[in-house]
Amino acid sequence: MMGFTPVGSTLGGLVLGVAISLLILFDGRIAGIAGILGRSFGARGAELSWRLYFLGGLVVGGLLWRLVSPGVFGVASSTGLGTMAIGGFLVGVGTTLGNGCTSGHGLCGISRLSPRSIVATLVFVATGMLTVAVTRGRL
Amino acid sequence: MSNEKKKNVLAAICGLLFAFGLGLGGMTNPLKVQAFLDVLGKWDPSLLFVMGGGIAVGFWTFRAAKRRAHPFLGGDFGWPRATRIDAQLLAGAAIFGVGWGLTGYCPGPALVALGAGRIAPVVAVSSMVLGMLATQAVTRRRGEHA
Repeated sequence: MMGFTPVGSTLGGLVLGVAISLLILFDGRIAGIAGILGRSFGARGAELSWRLYFLGGLVVGGLLWRLVSPGVFGVASSTGLGTMAIGGFLVGVGTTLGNGCTSGHGLCGISRLSPRSIVATLVFVATGMLTVAVTRGRL
Repeated sequence: MSNEKKKNVLAAICGLLFAFGLGLGGMTNPLKVQAFLDVLGKWDPSLLFVMGGGIAVGFWTFRAAKRRAHPFLGGDFGWPRATRIDAQLLAGAAIFGVGWGLTGYCPGPALVALGAGRIAPVVAVSSMVLGMLATQAVTRRRGEHA
């Protein structure tokens, strides 16, 4: 999966496009993963159940990938668990403060041409690039 | 089937499809995500194609959704109400990007990678949930005082 994969990545993107489309057209929901997860805490009834079904679908999808083609998870990352913990925490803080992640702002927000989402996406891609440049000693 | 059941089935299908698309697109491989962010190194622009593919479909369907009064399964559209580009949005996006660069995982792929049977995604997701809960607690308290 390493190296430039324009075809697979475009196909993957089209499938994501179908998923976000079904959710908005049929149930009026934005498929922003950070929001679906973050707002499940404290939710009840129908407001909780659809979130759990969606998140369950994501995890079951991961299990299926593991059975069919575990290579999609890449080689075990050399990123230490401490870095994973700190980075994961920052992802949680940032997506909550900024109300969205790669799917909510990047896919759904840009699809509906929301200026807020376009700006958010440019910012998190920029700081992501800066972070990798620093950690890999490119600067 | 009741409407609530239909909505749950829909959500499960969308979650599964989302996991399929993320894996197919290369997003479940944190090293590939970091290679996309590594513009000053050996840059892999593949993830632009993931975004492009998703938006190419979403642009049309979100337009169609905006013209409708109600979604097909009833209820209302949950369009985001926030429109202001404020300091909180910019700070949040900036912090998220740092975490994304450090781990190579944004929320969706991290959840899918829970299925990989490795420890790293479990650590990433647990701390992500902690970060969400901590931020919710702080912003709620600030909201009460404001």
